[in-house]
This record gives sequence, C-alpha cells and structure tokens, in this order.
Amino acid sequence: MDRENFVLDRLLPVATVVLALVAIWYVAAVFLNAPFERDTAARAGTTITFTEILPKTMAQERPVLPAPHQVMAELWDTTVNKAVTSKRSLVYHAWVTLSATLLGFAMGTVLGILLAIGIVHNKAMDRSLMPWVIASQTIPILAIAPMIIVVLNAVGLSGLLPKALISTYLSFFPVVVGMVKGLRSPEQIQLDLMHTYNASSAQTFWKLRWPSSMPYLFTSLKVAVAISLVGAIVGELPTGAVAGLGARLLAGSYYGQTVQIWAALFMAAAVAALLVIIVGIAHSAVLRRMGARA
Amino acid sequence: MDSASVVCAQNLGLTFGTADGPVVALSNVDLTVDKGDFVSFIGPSGCGKTTFLRVIADLEKVTSGTITVNGMTPEEARHKRAYGYVFQAAALYPWRTIEKNIALPLEIMGYSGAEQKERIARTLELVNLEGFGKKYPWQLSGGMQQRASIARALAFDADLLLMDEPFGALDEIVRDHLNEQLLKLWARTNKTICFVTHSIPEAVYLSTKIVVMSPRPGRVTDIIESTLPRERPLDIRESPEFLEIAHRVREGLRAGHSYEV
Repeated sequence: MDRENFVLDRLLPVATVVLALVAIWYVAAVFLNAPFERDTAARAGTTITFTEILPKTMAQERPVLPAPHQVMAELWDTTVNKAVTSKRSLVYHAWVTLSATLLGFAMGTVLGILLAIGIVHNKAMDRSLMPWVIASQTIPILAIAPMIIVVLNAVGLSGLLPKALISTYLSFFPVVVGMVKGLRSPEQIQLDLMHTYNASSAQTFWKLRWPSSMPYLFTSLKVAVAISLVGAIVGELPTGAVAGLGARLLAGSYYGQTVQIWAALFMAAAVAALLVIIVGIAHSAVLRRMGARA
Repeated sequence: MDSASVVCAQNLGLTFGTADGPVVALSNVDLTVDKGDFVSFIGPSGCGKTTFLRVIADLEKVTSGTITVNGMTPEEARHKRAYGYVFQAAALYPWRTIEKNIALPLEIMGYSGAEQKERIARTLELVNLEGFGKKYPWQLSGGMQQRASIARALAFDADLLLMDEPFGALDEIVRDHLNEQLLKLWARTNKTICFVTHSIPEAVYLSTKIVVMSPRPGRVTDIIESTLPRERPLDIRESPEFLEIAHRVREGLRAGHSYEV
C-alpha cells in the first residue's frame, strides 16, 4: 500500500511534469530549428516538406535548440565513453568545478557562522556589519568576479582558490542571515533559565544558542551550496579557464556547440541537485540525533 | 537583619520605563520569607507577583528599596546559585532527553559525571518520573514536562525554590495531583518555596504564608499566616478552617481590586 502511495503521490506527478516538459521541448526544437532547414533548401533551390524537415531538426550539428535526445547522447558520450581523466570528459570538468565549489562552500559556511556569532554577541558588529553584508550581495557577481581573479592572479594566486573565493563571496550570505536568526531563536524563557544558572556566555552559546540554530543553519546551507556552484562556474567564465563546467559553457558558446552547452548545463544541474540532497540528508540526520519526532 | 530569613524586602519599588511612560510594577513592598516557609503570591494580572519573583531571581532590578536573598544582594545570590526557578512553561530543551535536561544545570555548575547521574536518578524519583529519563520532552504530557522542569530546579543544591505559576497551564485534575506531590516534596526536601499563583484554593492548600497583592501599582494588601497543619491531605480543602482562610484571601483580593469596570 505504501508502494502504491509512493507511485501515486510522488512518481506520477513528477513524471507527468517531466513528460510535459520534454514534449514542449521537442515542439520548440522543431519550431526553432526549422528555419535553418528551409534556408538550406532555399539556397539549394529546392523545396522541402514538413515531413522532410521534421527528422532533420532533431539531428543538426549546431541547432538553435538541441533536441532532448541529442543532449542525452552528448551527456552519455562525455561521461561514460570518456576516461574521467580526459579533457573531453564531462566528469573531469564537473570535478574541477565541484572542488572549487566545495572549498568555497566550506569557507563561506565558516565565515558566515563566525560573522553571525559576532553580530549576535556584539552590538557594535550588529549595527555596523549587517548593512555591509547586505550591500555585498547587491553587487553583480559577474562584475566583480573578473576583478577578483585578476587581482589574485597579480599576487600569484591562481587556479582553485580564486574560484573558491567567488563561491565564498556568494555562499556566506545566506549562512550569516540564517545563523543570525537561528542564534537569536531561543525563547526569552530559555535565556532566563541560563541566567538563573549564572551560565557564562560560552555555556549559553554551546548549550542553547548553537543547538537552537541547527534547523536555520541547514536551511541556509541548502541555499549556500547551490549558489556556491554558481559562483564556481561564474569564476571560470571570465578567465578563459581551460577546465571546469564554466569553461565548457564558454567554449561551447565560442564555437556554437549548443549541444555541449546544454550537456554542461544539465551536468551543473545534476551536481547542484546532488549537493542539495546531501545537505538535506545531513539535515535530517542531525535533527534525528537531536530527538526530533520521526 | 534576621539570619533565618531567606528573602527580606524593605520598601521595595520597581518602575518599568515603557514607550507610554513609566509603569509602576511594585511599590512599597515589605516582606520576609523565613527558612522552610511555603509562601504563595496571589493576585490578579498586573499585580507584580511574577515581577517580585523575578526580582528575587535577579531577572529584574529594583528601582528603590532594598532586598536581600540569603543575606546577599539578588545578584550575589544568583552567582552563588542560591535558587532554582520553575517557569510558567516547562522550558525544557527539546533536543535534550529528560535526564539530559535535568543534567543541564549540573553541567553548567561543573558537577562530575558520576554525581550528575546520581542526582538525575534522585530528582526523577522525587517527581515520580522514574523510567522517563531517556524520553524526549515531546513524548511526555504537559504535567510530566512540568514535573521534569521541577526536577531540573531541584537537581542542584539550592535551598530556595521559586515557582512562577508552574501549574497554570494544566487542567484541574492534574493540578490537584501535582499540588499534593509538591507538598510531599517540600516536606521531604526542607526547601523554602516562593510560589506565584492566581488560584485561591491552590494558594491556601499549599502555603504556610499567603501574600495577597493588588495591581496599579503592584503592592501587598494582606499577608495571611496559615493555621493549617503542615500535613495536608487533599480533602482538607473541605474543612471550615480552609474555607475561612480562602474567604480571607478573597476579601483581600476584593479590597485591593481597583477594576474600573
């Protein structure tokens, strides 16, 4: 019965949406790629019927919009058929981006938590820091990413760290905002209780504020890990990096390789989904250990 | 100052500064709580009974007059962990099991692991919650949660127990039961208890001394020394003596009432 519910409640709606999207995608591919076939036919001085156009729109080398099966074939070819160490392997490129993502995410999380602790415990930091934290996110990351890369390159830092720093720049923000709220989430009565025990602020922090903030932390981490990936990809764009999903996107757009671009986008989406799922699993594991009701 | 007095307030006043101007929460409160007393504070909302308890606990600062707790200022007494405080809500930490909740003050005060274990077992037994130590708060009923919070306040060596309407949110059947248990616990532990309530039967049943308070400004209108014996079965509440004290409390409340209806 549980199985049936899973099929009816979860699988069916998701599958329906996926099918609808794929159908819309095919229609759009035909519609967007047909003009090219008509132009080709017109230049050759022949006419072409719709039934002749239809298969051609799904097998172009550089389509405006590649058909889903073309993207899947490219994904299969560049993940399964290539050695993971090869420069042509999408797994290799995904790993390059993922390593910068994870480093940036880790640094962003630590930075975010430290800033939140400062803001919650220090009035001066509360007043002075929060506006800057918010202002930092109003600057378009595309504008400052090249400058971070160039400046760090000038002081001899290149490769992983500059990309990771862009991830950090994006990912610390949700952590600060979430953790400030989380560390302030204990009720007054719980704080009063600590006061009656004459607890030190370190004790109040570790025994009350920190555990109270866990649900807020993990919610923030889910957002942070996804935008860390965006940061790492953006960090690969302006430098003409030779490896990483960003580099694949850039190379694809230089040479009009739309299939390659779409394959890289799907890979990025899959990596992001995987990261969010891992954070989600960690979230429920921590809450279970903290005695949350099943 | 009397060395036997646990709490001694003289001419106490407390004014809150609010956006709508100053609010006098307490005015001219003179009161002595002796060692071993069970003192109830009763009065309508806004009469300052909870505020007075919070003053003893150093959760609020007085603006005039003096108060001593165990002969010290409330702040010094708090630093010496002179009292256990039971709040209106159980305020158990949801991520800790019941025994871990009871261990909380012990951890903060630096008790050894072995001593923590011994005290947890002893206080769980005191509040009749043996066998529930490994449960999380949400697995317990409201009455059991409040008993666990009392156990937490009893776990360390404070001779003074401050209770702020601890059974206010519970139904009457559970409340009767807990009142009976509280009296037994008081007899066994020899603690001094200050108990805030808005229930007349509860105040009369529990107390050796009833402090009747009235609002605007919060002040003491009557202090009644109970003539009931210390040993009190539940049916003592039907005795003429009990009803007489209850009547005097009600009179005191009525006299102090300035409900402008």
